[in-house]
Amino acid sequence: MEEKQYTTLNLGPTHPATHGIFQNVLTLDGEQIISAEQTIGYIHRAFEKIAEHRPFYQVTPLTDRLNYCSSPINNIGWHMTVEKLLGVKTTKRVDYMRIILMELARITDHLVCNSVIGVDSGALTGFIYVFQEREKVYEIYEEVSGARLTTNMGRIGGFERDLSPAAIKKIREFLDHLPKVLHEFEKLLMRNRIFMDRTIGVGPISAERALNYGFTGPNLRAAGVDYDVRVMTPYSSYDDFEFVIPVGTQGDTYDRFCVRQQELWESIKLVRNALENLPEGNFHVDVPHFYLPPKEAVYSKMEALIWHFKIVMGEIDVPVGEVYHSVEGGNGELGFYLVSDGGRTPYRLHFRRPGFIYYQAYPEMIKGGVLSDAILTMSSMNVIAGELDA
Amino acid sequence: MENTYITDHLQKRFTHDILETEGAGDMLTVIVTTPVIHEVIRFLKESETMNFNFLTDLCGIHYPDRGLPLGVVYHLHNLAENKRIRIKTFVTLGNPVVPTVTDLFSTANWMERETFDFYGIIFEGHPNLKRILNVEYMDFFPMRKEYPLEDPTREDKDDRFFGR
Repeated sequence: MEEKQYTTLNLGPTHPATHGIFQNVLTLDGEQIISAEQTIGYIHRAFEKIAEHRPFYQVTPLTDRLNYCSSPINNIGWHMTVEKLLGVKTTKRVDYMRIILMELARITDHLVCNSVIGVDSGALTGFIYVFQEREKVYEIYEEVSGARLTTNMGRIGGFERDLSPAAIKKIREFLDHLPKVLHEFEKLLMRNRIFMDRTIGVGPISAERALNYGFTGPNLRAAGVDYDVRVMTPYSSYDDFEFVIPVGTQGDTYDRFCVRQQELWESIKLVRNALENLPEGNFHVDVPHFYLPPKEAVYSKMEALIWHFKIVMGEIDVPVGEVYHSVEGGNGELGFYLVSDGGRTPYRLHFRRPGFIYYQAYPEMIKGGVLSDAILTMSSMNVIAGELDA
Repeated sequence: MENTYITDHLQKRFTHDILETEGAGDMLTVIVTTPVIHEVIRFLKESETMNFNFLTDLCGIHYPDRGLPLGVVYHLHNLAENKRIRIKTFVTLGNPVVPTVTDLFSTANWMERETFDFYGIIFEGHPNLKRILNVEYMDFFPMRKEYPLEDPTREDKDDRFFGR
C-alpha cells in the first residue's frame, strides 16, 4: 500500500490574508488541515525593554503600536495604570472624554475586523463602505490629538486639551451617519446565505477551552462567556452607563462576527450617552509632577518652569509598588503589569496583549477544517501583528 | 472572598512554603517557594472554594541584587467572584528551573515561552520550550537587567545630562 503524503504549506509571513507579518506552517491532507504551527516575532520591537529606559510619559507612544487598530484604548489604559500607581483620581469629565474616545476606538477596531472577514470571504463591498466611516473616526482623533493611527492621545491625568467644538461636531456627525452605514453593512453580510455558509461552524471553540486558553473580549463572548472588563471591574466611570454585553453560543466565526457587530451598536450608544452627559469641569486633573504645564505658564511663572524642567529632565520620583490594571481593548483584556522601584522609569512593565494570548489556540481551532476556513478563522479572531509581537 | 480566607487556607496547606503574603497593594500578592508553585496554582484553580480558573498573565522579572534574582509572576483571576491574586516565585541564576503550569492552563504555553525567551527561566515539563519572539540562535536573555538597551561602546551619544 502506498504511504500517505502530506503537503506542507507556508501561510505567511507575508500573505495577504494574514493582515500582518506572521507565519503559519500548515500540514495539509489535500485541502484539509492536519496540523499547524505558528511562527511569530517578525515585528518584535522590544517594547518592554525600551519601556524600562523611558520615563512614564514617554511609554505612551510604545503602547500606540500594540494594537494599532485601536491606539487610544492602549494609550488611555496606560495612563490609567500610572494613575493607579500614583493614586490619582480623575474627574468625571476626563472619564467621560476617555469613554468617548475609547469607544470610538472600539468602533474602528470592530469595523476593520468585521469588514475584513467579508473581504476574506470574497465580499469586498462592505469593507469599502465602512472604511469611509473609519476615516471619519481618524479625523476625530486628529482633532483631539493631532495624529491619526498612532495617536499618543491624552496625558497622565487627563488630556492635553479639551474636546474642541470642531471635534464634538465631528463626533455628532459621525454618530448620526454610522447607523445608516452599519445597517447597510449588516444587510450585505449578516443574513447573506453565502456568508453564513462560509462562517457558521467554522473555527469553533468551546467556552471551556476558550477560558483555558485565556481568551478575552469578543472572542470569549462569542463562545458564551459574558466576561467584559468594563462591567466586571469598571474603570473610567463605565458604571455610570448601561449597556448590553452581547454573547454568542457556538464560538464560531459567525458568532464572533455577530458579537462584534452588536458591540458596535452598544459603542454607538455609549459614545452618544457620554457626549450628551459630558460633565463640566477640567479636562485634566492636577498632577503637576506628571502633567506638563501650559507653555505660556512655563515662560511666565516660576513654579510652572520648575515643574516643566523636572518632568523633562526626569527628576520626578514615583511611589514604590506594583499595579496591574486592565482595560477592555478591542480584542479583549489589555493588561499592564507595572513594577516601580521609585525611579523615573518603570522597573518592569509587562503588557498582557490579548492577541498574543488567544492566537496560540489557532491550530486547535482550524484542525480538521479546510484551508479557506482557516483564513476566515484568522481574520475573525482579529490577530493584530503589533499586539502579537510587542 | 476575603484575602485572609485565601492566605489562611494557603498557609494551612503549604505551611512554610508560603514565604510572604501582602494584601495592601492592588491585589493579594503571595510569594511561594518554587517546588510547590505548581501545587499552589493547582489548588487555587481546582479547589471549589478558591476557583481561580483563569490565568490572566504570566511574566518574568529580574532583581540582580537579590539572592534569588529571577522571578516568575502569575496573575490568576476568579471570574465568578471577580477576585484577582498575584503569585510569585523566585529562583537562582544558576538553576532557573520552575515547574510548568501548561498542564493546568493551555494559555501558559506561549506565556512561558516568552518568559524563557526573555529571562532564560526554564519551565520543567513544558511541551515546546523554545524562543518565541526572538531568533532561535540568540545566545542571551535580553530582558535581564545586565543587558544594556543600546550598544554600550557607542561614543556619539551622551545621555548623562538627561538622567539616563
